[in-house]
Amino acid sequence: MILPLSRHHATSLGAILVLVASGGVADERIRPLNHPAWQQECGACHVAYPPQLLSAPSWRAIMNGLDQHFGTDARLDPHAHADILRFLVQNAGRGKTPVRGQPPLRITETRWFIHEHSEELPAWIWKRSDVKSPANCTACHTAADRGDYSERTLRLPKGFSKPYHAED
Amino acid sequence: MRLILAATLLATAAGVRAETPADFLTLFATQAKQENPAFSGFSADQGQRWYASTHGREWSCASCHARNPAARGERADTGKSMAPLAPAANPERFTRLDKVEKWFKRNCNDVLGRPCTAQEKGDVLTYLLTVR
Repeated sequence: MILPLSRHHATSLGAILVLVASGGVADERIRPLNHPAWQQECGACHVAYPPQLLSAPSWRAIMNGLDQHFGTDARLDPHAHADILRFLVQNAGRGKTPVRGQPPLRITETRWFIHEHSEELPAWIWKRSDVKSPANCTACHTAADRGDYSERTLRLPKGFSKPYHAED
Repeated sequence: MRLILAATLLATAAGVRAETPADFLTLFATQAKQENPAFSGFSADQGQRWYASTHGREWSCASCHARNPAARGERADTGKSMAPLAPAANPERFTRLDKVEKWFKRNCNDVLGRPCTAQEKGDVLTYLLTVR
């Protein structure tokens, strides 16, 4: 009885290792969430960025500065503000290391984002006219507006395909 | 008259029923008279010039809402596409008091660095209603 059980465990471990190696794990931390006010208000100007990608202190700092939100006035009425802040904090990422003691305000400046993107993609990709900026998730993550960042819905811009280093 | 208008718009805010762009013209005219006793009506031409002007700053309405308000726009900062602003091209525009107030408050601050006057809001809406 011992041998078949061990073999079963070995198979499971193999499956986990394959999953880690394929990069599928990173996408799983972004799970689709349903919160109409967050979708409507944040999603009016950009993709409603997943709360998991910043810490609670980061979301509090962002929501405290909506009158000057990355160069635009994004003020909310008090009810929507409280509702969305509660949702962001409840679903915030945990265990993030603050950069220089300040909570990061941009997802693109977190270690996770840099690791997931900059190490695989050349810097020029962000400047293409059909990408514009790293904040424009839907340029490649075609279902980002539905909270889906899986490999299945990932479409790299035309002329740029895997392997990532093809044009280096 | 003013009480009836206010009650109607409050009902809209509560989601009871949608308002029409004409109701907003009436509201802005009422407010414009309060702001300026010499108020003499709205001008589509003035609204069109105002819509396209950067007012000595960085952005105009057209920077995001497109030069032709019947066309889809694109946010100048994030690149996100947006539905047309002209009611003829997008019947949802100017039908909700809460949305109209929220976006005038934000966008006037971004474009002009101050709140818009009722005259400005009425002029630009008058212009938008001429766009087919």
